[in-house]
This record gives sequence, structure tokens and C-alpha cells, in this order.
Amino acid sequence: MNEQPKQYKWVGTRAIRPDGVDKVTGRAMYGADLALPGMVEGKVVRSPHAHARIISIDTSKAEALKGVTAVITAADMPVADSKPVASGEAMINFKDLANNVLAREKALYEGQAVAAVAATTAAIAEKAAALVVVNYEVLPHVIDVMEAIKEDAPVLHDDMFTGGVKPKPEKASNVANRVEFALGDAEAGFAAADLVIERKFTTEPVHQGYIEPHAVVADMNPDGKVDVFCSSQGHFMVRAFCSQLLHIEMSKIKVTAAEIGGGFGGKTTVYLEPLAIMLSRKSGRPVRMTMSREEVFRGSGATSGAAMTIKMGATKDGKITGAYAELYLQAGAFPGSPVGPAAMTAFAPYDLDNVKVVGFDVVSNRQKVVAYRAPGAPISEYGVESVVDELASELGIDPIEIRTINAAKEGTQAAYGVKFGTIGFQETLDAAKATEHFKTPLGPNQGRGVASGFWFNIGGESCAGIRVNEDGSISLTEGSPDIGGSRASMALMAAETLGVDYHSIKPSVVDTDAIGYHFVTGGSRVTFATGMAVVEASKAAIDELRARAAKVWDVDVDGVVWEDGHAKPASTNVGDFEPMSLAEIAKVANKTGGPISGHADINAKGAGPAFGTHICDVEVDPDTGHVTVLRYTAVQDAGRAIHPAYVEGQIQGGAVQGIGWALNEEYIYDKNGRLENAGFLDYRVPVASDLPMIDAIIVEVPNPTHPFGVRGVGEVPIIPPLAAVSNAVAAATGVRFNQLPLSPPTILAGIAASK
Amino acid sequence: MAKHHITTTINGEEAEYLCEPQETLLDVLRDQVGLTGTKEGCSSGDCGACSVMLDGRLVCSCLVLGVEAAGKAVETIEGMADGENLHPLQQKFLEEAALQCGFCTPGVLVAAKALLDTNNNPTETEVRYWLAGNLCRCTGYDKIIRAVMDTAADMRGA
Repeated sequence: MNEQPKQYKWVGTRAIRPDGVDKVTGRAMYGADLALPGMVEGKVVRSPHAHARIISIDTSKAEALKGVTAVITAADMPVADSKPVASGEAMINFKDLANNVLAREKALYEGQAVAAVAATTAAIAEKAAALVVVNYEVLPHVIDVMEAIKEDAPVLHDDMFTGGVKPKPEKASNVANRVEFALGDAEAGFAAADLVIERKFTTEPVHQGYIEPHAVVADMNPDGKVDVFCSSQGHFMVRAFCSQLLHIEMSKIKVTAAEIGGGFGGKTTVYLEPLAIMLSRKSGRPVRMTMSREEVFRGSGATSGAAMTIKMGATKDGKITGAYAELYLQAGAFPGSPVGPAAMTAFAPYDLDNVKVVGFDVVSNRQKVVAYRAPGAPISEYGVESVVDELASELGIDPIEIRTINAAKEGTQAAYGVKFGTIGFQETLDAAKATEHFKTPLGPNQGRGVASGFWFNIGGESCAGIRVNEDGSISLTEGSPDIGGSRASMALMAAETLGVDYHSIKPSVVDTDAIGYHFVTGGSRVTFATGMAVVEASKAAIDELRARAAKVWDVDVDGVVWEDGHAKPASTNVGDFEPMSLAEIAKVANKTGGPISGHADINAKGAGPAFGTHICDVEVDPDTGHVTVLRYTAVQDAGRAIHPAYVEGQIQGGAVQGIGWALNEEYIYDKNGRLENAGFLDYRVPVASDLPMIDAIIVEVPNPTHPFGVRGVGEVPIIPPLAAVSNAVAAATGVRFNQLPLSPPTILAGIAASK
Repeated sequence: MAKHHITTTINGEEAEYLCEPQETLLDVLRDQVGLTGTKEGCSSGDCGACSVMLDGRLVCSCLVLGVEAAGKAVETIEGMADGENLHPLQQKFLEEAALQCGFCTPGVLVAAKALLDTNNNPTETEVRYWLAGNLCRCTGYDKIIRAVMDTAADMRGA
């Protein structure tokens, strides 16, 4: 690694994104924007019950309706084995996925799909859906995680015995799994502390809230070939899941990535896609399916609600001596909450000797949770960062200082297993401390909160192709759906590596037939992993360009170097040749061996962990309990910001999602387990008038394993806000609430109880 | 039920379509007229992704019936640029990275233009309240608000 930061020509600039004009003029094609000739519209029939046995389904009336082209139920779908199958980095139980896509024996949450119809118009499809008669035996249900673990709670799966405990339990329960890990001796750590604080916290389930509802168009040919166009975070994921669920060979399924209108983890699985394929097969016509907003809330995504106990001890000079966390996370209807990453990240920002974490994955009658930005981490780190804040305030230590005293650094052994390499946590603390914001005095009823956050970031499979066109322009292909400007970052890295003009490169996210497997756009991995593939493909193209110049000059390829977009003789010994530009080499490619390209198919390793530190000022209205966020600063180590404006955008957007989680957002169920706020009016995501500017400060501690030093940035920023807001509210009110969201009724009740 | 034959003006050009009485203007624009730049995010008037101008008034097209557009002037995102020349708001959104996924962007741009057409010197608070009906889940609004304010400043200076 170079000691001096390199000066780059393209990397680090705020270039206009290549897909920008399409997106500001309405030309960009999102999931619901495609219409094919002969296309029919599909509609899902959903369970009105939180927990019910499906006795029978009568589709005859729906099928008889004029205009209906197909009706499907789980009986039309192959029965999947209950065993985890590796799919990218995730382990997927396809029996659970199949049941989530279309319920077979039981409906396990309100909104679960039980049948689907297709008809010539959306209105007829809706009418037909209402004509599907499902006979249910309604069963007792349970939503809340602590209710679900009780002895007498209704059990969702009578064949589910808690994993991770020995001996195997004799009785089925809703606890799918128990995880535990430890470093040192937590109890000894508490014994060595001058102050020990133990608190219980709860957080409510929240939805990713992407503005584009799920949408797909599927077209199955009579010969078995399938074309799918859909909005997802990974068209290769869609291909793999549909192939597995429907027993169709992967080579027969081509998935084209629509532009995606937000995902945040919520589009890393399938809902409508397999249904649309089945309906298309039965109809013999292309089928479009789109979810309504209500269906998005009831039938898709969301992350866990949780309950937890956090216990931490510190000496009077602020050194944390012991830490313990016990975490209970809702998985929804099927196992697989993010309790694992919640447990792993909980104490990761700190250099600790004595840690114990226990976590429980608990099923309940809610939709199956799916990834939401740094899955699990905002929940556990909220509890930990709240206790750290309380330790600091009890010990009379500044909140940034206590984090500095305990900050993880290079060489720190994290309790979850890894030893950190080069990381930039301390740098975020220093930058936060140096802000004018941190020093600005506050007024009455105002408070300031600080919190930090950690996320692993991942690498994974990515591919890239660089085609040098005959005129010297570059066609760049890759397969990571672009959610937030990644085409621009790819083109910037290619331009920097090749030494050509950014504007001469056209990046495209191509379909599953056109490039190799990519893991999903998630885990903050695209700029890191797909970026690495782009750099490697560019280097492969450079090797070919050098070889072609060597041919023109009739010298050995080792005698040709690549500098600033030109092939040059390595030394005067090689010969006296005028440098050849990329375009000049491209022009004569037909005389030197034909088309020029470079490719890379990689499984990227060495993702750099990232940290952030946020400062939040609030004012609490003591009469209404309303919390106003007055000022917000978010500092994050990006490793290297390839496109700083989109890095800032990730930081700002993540911070605001975290603010929403802290203040407004929650799922509200009635006594029958039905969601009462399945719309944006009552499930209130932050709006422009709720917020101040979000000051994003990028710190750059390069990741040594990436050619440009990239760390992932997308996920960290949603982690600190939960505690930053809540610590600010505690400072403003003198009350520690230890529960989210901090809605006005909660605040008023807490203030009243404290008096 | 017989469809209604509607004559209207869309982005300055006379247009005709047939629609069911219950069809929304949003559905008509997307499915009959083929203008899919106007997005559906909620169909209940809460997200603003379907914002269009109807006779100079900013509306959620999911809350307007297709038949109501008869004899009126509809302006959508597709009519905002003048040929190859982007509207200053569109240009500023690109320069300042005021979009990430881009799904809310057409509605935000239509709404922001409606503001600047009547007030070229809005305060930050005015911009925030004007756009409070346009949900964006990606940006945290920061760069959107700045882009609108900066466009207004440019337009005042021009």
C-alpha cells in the first residue's frame, strides 16, 4: 500500500451518472413499466388470517369468470425439500421460501399469498381474486417476540425444535435457533468494573419502505424458455430461486434487471416472480404482476421487532471491562431473523476482553423478515450504544471520549471472531469531535446524542466485461442492479484504470444470459466487489491492448507499458515508437487479432469493515411529546469514496431511515393479528419537512485489499441513528426510554412517569 | 360498461384515449397513453410519485379519474425537458446527485417545478413543506432540497 494518497483523475470526482438523464426524464424502465403484446395482469389472493389451516381452496368460480386466463395455488407448485441450500452466501430453505411464496398447508401471517389469478385486465383479475374461495380453520396466533417464546404460545411449526441447544428439545417451539459466542469471561469483567449498567430494550418491526412496489413481467414460451423482467436487488438471485422453486433449468430462465426503485435489502428474495412464471405457463401469455402499497406492507419484507438485555461494566476512568447481550429477534413466519449479525455486530466497535452474546431466532405470525440495511445491527447496536451513553454520563465522561478509550483498532480481536485489519473507527470519532456541531451550545428542552455503528461489509461473486469498440469507446458490462449510482462508480474506476475519458465508457447492467453470476446488490458490496471485477477486467483489456501495440511495433509484449491511456515502449532499448492511444490501437484491431476485450469473473474477498459516528440534536416539546431533529451530522469511513456525492447520499439516506426507525415507524396489529397501518399515511416514513440537512462527513482510511481502497458504505449509516436520537432525547428530557419508536405518546408517558 | 372517449391535452399536444369511468388518470397515463414516467408508489395520495400538473395545479394522478382530464391540460415528467434541453431542475438534480434509485424523482421534479414556477425564492422551510408530499426513501432529502434551492438561485440570477 502506498503511504501517500494517490492523486486520481476520475476516482473521487462527482461525475454525472450515466443513467441520470433517463431517470430525470421519466424514460428509465422500472419493474411495472414494461408492457408486452398480449400481456395479462396477475393478482394475488392473500390470507386474511394471521394463523390458519387451509382446509380447501375452490378456484372454480374464479376460473369461470370471463377474461380469466389462469388460477394457481400451491398445488401447481413442486413440493420443495426442507433443507438449506447454498445460494450465493445465503443458506435458503426452499420449503420455507415456497410456502412463503404460496401457502400450502397453513397461512402463517395475514397477507401471505394463498393463490393467484391472471386475467385480461387488472380489474377482472381483482374480481377473480375475490371469487377464489378459501376455507380456513383459524388458529390462535402470536406476534410479539417475547409472547412467542412463552411455554403456552401457539406454535407455528410443529416440526421445529430449537437448533443450537443440546440435548435437542423434546417439544416443538417458536424458537428456531439459539446462537452464542464469547470472548474472555464476561462475569469476571463485571466483577472488575466500578459501574455496571444492565438495561432491557425493545424495538418494533419496521419496513424498508422502498417507494417502488414489487413488480414483474414474466413470459414463458411453449418450449419452456422463460423471460423475466423485474425489479430486484439481484436478477441472478431471481433466476436461482425461480429455478429451484419451479424446477426449471437455469439456462432456460433469462432475467433482465429492471431499474429498481429502492430495495434496502427488501428485494433480495422473490415474491411475485415464481407466481408470474406459473401464471404465464398456464395462460400461455405474458403476465404482469405488481403489488399495491398495502400488499407491500402486509406481504413483503420488513425486519424484526426485538427485545434484548444489554449489560456493560466499566472502570471509573471509562474502560469497558465486561459486556453481555441477550437478543430476541422476530423472524416472522419462517426461521431466519438477522439475530446472527445482530449478535456479531453488537459490541464490534469496541476493543473488549470479556464479551458474551446470546441470541434467539424466534418465529411469529408476521411476514418472513428479509434483509433491511445492515440486518440486525441497528437493533443490537441501539441497545449497546444506549448503555455506552449511560455509562459515559454516569461516569462523567464525554460520549466521544468513552468511545475513544474503548475503540476497536487495527489488531483488535473482535468477539465474533475476526482480528481487525486497517479500520477507521477512531478517525470517525476524531472527525465528529472536531465538528462545529459537537461544540455548539443547546437551548432549553434540547439534547444532543452521539452513537457509533459497525458493519462487516461483504464481497462475493461479481463479473465484468470491458469491450474496446472499434472507435475506441468502451462498453462496460456488469450484473449488479444499480440502486444508487453504481454505474457511475464502475465507469469511474474503469476510466481511472484504463486512463481514458469517463464519458467514453458506457456501463450497462446486463441480463443473466449475458454475464456470469453475481451475488445480490446488498451487503454494501457492489462498489467493492463489482468494482474489483471492473478493475480486473480493465487490467485484462490493458494486457490485450499492450499485446496489440507490441504486434504493431513488432516487439515483445514485456517491452510495452500502459500509461495514461497509451501503450508506450518500456524503455528506449525497446525502440523509438510514438505512444499509441487506446483509440489508435482499437482502430487497427482487425489487423492485430480482432476484437479487444477484457473480462473478470471473481469472488471478491477482503471487504473492509466500516464504522460511523453520528451526532444528533433534538428538541422535545414537553406538552405534546413531539421530537424535532434540529441538527444531524453523520461521519463515516468510506475507505475511498469513488463518487463522493453518492457516498454522501448513502450516508444521508441511511441516517434518515434510522431516524424514522427511532421516531415514527412501527407495525401496529389488532387483536386478530391483522396489520392496522398498511399504508404510508399511518406507517409514517420521514418526510422532507420532518428533517434538517444531514451533514455527511466522509473519512477515508483506505481498505488495503481493494485497488482503490473502497469499503462498503451503504449499511453503516442506518445503525447509529437509533441510539443517537434516543440518547439525544434522554439528554433533552432526563428520561431514558429504552424503547422505540419514540413517538409522542411514549415520550409523554415517560415524562409523566418520571415526575 | 362502455368506455369514455376523452379528449385532452398532454404535454402541450392534443391527445385522445378511451377509459373506464373508474380508471385513474395515473392508470390512463401509464397504460393507455404509454407515459410510464409517472410512477405508482401507493395509489392513495401519500407518496407523490404520481405527481402531475392538471390545468396548472399540482395533483396526485392516482387521486384523479381519467375522465376528469377531459378538456384540461395535463403536464407530466415527459414534458419537462425541451427536446434535448433539460429543465434547469433536471440538470441540477444530475449535477448534485439528488437522486439515487430515481423512482420518486419524476414526481419530485414535477412538484418542485410547480413551486419554482410561482416562487423563485423559496426558503428551505418552504421547499421542505412543499415537497412533504413526495416521499423519498433513498436520499434523506438533503440533496433534493439543496438542488431545488440552487436551481431557484440560478433562475433568479439568470
